[in-house]
Amino acid sequence: MASDRPQPAIIEVQDLVAHYGVRRILDGISLTVNDGEIMVIMGGSGSGKSTLLRYLLGLNRPTSGKVRMLGKDITHMSGQELFELRRNIGVAFQGGALFGSMTVGENIRLPLREHAKLDEQTMQIMTRMKLEVVNLLGFEDLMPAELSGGMVKRAAVARAIIMDPKLLFFDEPSAGLDPVTAAELDELILRLRDAMHMTIIVVTHELESAFKIADRIAVLDAGKILLCGSVDEVRQSGDERIQDILNRRPRNEDVDPEEYLRRLTGEAL
Amino acid sequence: MEYQARVEGPYTVIALAGEVDLHYSPQAREQILHHLGEQKNLLVDLSMVNYIDSSGVASLVEGYQLARKTGLAFGLVGVSEAVLQVLQLARLDKVFPIHASASERIVSDEQA
Repeated sequence: MASDRPQPAIIEVQDLVAHYGVRRILDGISLTVNDGEIMVIMGGSGSGKSTLLRYLLGLNRPTSGKVRMLGKDITHMSGQELFELRRNIGVAFQGGALFGSMTVGENIRLPLREHAKLDEQTMQIMTRMKLEVVNLLGFEDLMPAELSGGMVKRAAVARAIIMDPKLLFFDEPSAGLDPVTAAELDELILRLRDAMHMTIIVVTHELESAFKIADRIAVLDAGKILLCGSVDEVRQSGDERIQDILNRRPRNEDVDPEEYLRRLTGEAL
Repeated sequence: MEYQARVEGPYTVIALAGEVDLHYSPQAREQILHHLGEQKNLLVDLSMVNYIDSSGVASLVEGYQLARKTGLAFGLVGVSEAVLQVLQLARLDKVFPIHASASERIVSDEQA
């Protein structure tokens, strides 16, 4: 585990700034994720957490700042280098992102076909093992459209872990799941870290899940990290905004009329 | 990688080593299937394995299934805590016959 001895950082984010159009979504994010750690990135809607995930995955190029992953700077990587790096990375996207034209089993095997040379029989057994891990064994030959929302999410997890990645990302894993399935998924995240020594990054707004699985939590608000610390540090934080998030209080932002008006009319800032 | 095989009692014992991952598991699979193809009762010694991934475990599953189909004995020995955790993840610790060592397996066979 992370605390046993000093480990090299798996992810290092330095002063990351990103915009959508003229809007600054990430405002100088710095974050380190250690080997074997479960890091939860928490924040409300619009806090920038899903955007941060996109930059961590190298899907977008930042305005400025650096993202180093598994020792490599991904902000200046070629497509081929990113492809190589992604062999070691699994992602379970919020909506599942399964291909509708392929069976569940084919979806789960897809990363193996792209990245590994294995016997067909080996790939089939691996697929079924992962389906068993997410409690979906027997659903291999169904099409994604035949699955419930929760099953799609679990199938996406099976696909994310088919290569036993070193680094695993979950985008809102428990959103839309019933409480039992959500709790099972939390257990699975912990087991994956312990058994496969994966480093896991979970983006979520579910407090209960975050407190259960996190080694550390980074609380994101308005594109900034308010606090990055242990579960206890976050719970005991005196920061008003963090307490608002923990207690689900609505934020009371001051309106800058001029800035707001310009945003409405689309005038350049 | 050429894995070492030895004979202990009625068993051929094949010792996997190092990292049995996407890269090396095809060789492990080939040798497991090869020995079973030669009608050997097989034990797979995992004591020198420091990491096994799902492709490695899948090769063990395939070996066990082939052994059952052809009436041969199969089992795992020298399963470290780390390897056991990987097996437990897919509940395979309940599936494979697991013994501490080949000699312990032989004793257990005699008692059965």
